[in-house]
Amino acid sequence: MRDMKMRAQLRAGMTEVKALISHPMETGRRKNSLDETVPAHFIQLVTATLNGRTVLEAQWGTGISKNPYLTFYLSDAKAGDKVVITWHDNNGETGAGEIVVTAA
Amino acid sequence: MNEQHSSRMLLRRGFLQLALGAVAALMWMPVSALAALWNKAAFEATTQPEAVKGLQVQGEIPSREIDIVAPDFAENGAVVQVEVKSRIPGTEAIAILVEKNPTPLIANFMFGDGAQPSVVTRIKMAETSNVQVIVKAGDRYYTAAKMVEVSLSGC
Repeated sequence: MRDMKMRAQLRAGMTEVKALISHPMETGRRKNSLDETVPAHFIQLVTATLNGRTVLEAQWGTGISKNPYLTFYLSDAKAGDKVVITWHDNNGETGAGEIVVTAA
Repeated sequence: MNEQHSSRMLLRRGFLQLALGAVAALMWMPVSALAALWNKAAFEATTQPEAVKGLQVQGEIPSREIDIVAPDFAENGAVVQVEVKSRIPGTEAIAILVEKNPTPLIANFMFGDGAQPSVVTRIKMAETSNVQVIVKAGDRYYTAAKMVEVSLSGC
């Protein structure tokens, strides 16, 4: 499991969810200082749920920046609701983060 | 009455087993099965038309109802913040592509009930290129693009 920083703020009926995931997002084309190719290592699937119901599903390629950043918006979340984000990468690693919606 | 009760119990038990089975299946799902959900053909495509074909997009129509907020000039192609918002009713998915990247498809976001068709993320850009967005609404596809000039390659 890796770190994920999250925030979910409810403002004027709209909840803004922000997530910062710690992940190398290697393309498989980068060379290290020894001129060796660094194997591809990147997140492929991301799922977000609101109180257990899937609200967002994403497929990612190698073109998402290192330590991926994501913002999305929920129209029917209330203060106290739980948002969970889960990811899976091409090496079978997985990570998750959760946050409770707070009124701004 | 009794019979009805027991059959309902059986039904409930069946449902519970099904639900538990689904949870167990998810937990034990091998990496290969998860990878099967990932659109390999589209993400590994090395040209933009191939990637679009991999997404099974057909007859995309240019639309002004798609907002793309990205810098005109990006100093560092490794981190380019892109904000996409669709005002097209019934938007189900938003795909982001960078025409001139070695693998043009960056991401495909699918929205469920209660999620607004809008995302902000940071992407890699190899060189100056159009950032193309394709929106899926029902069985129709819409597209918009924004040119971003890149000084330092991020791929």
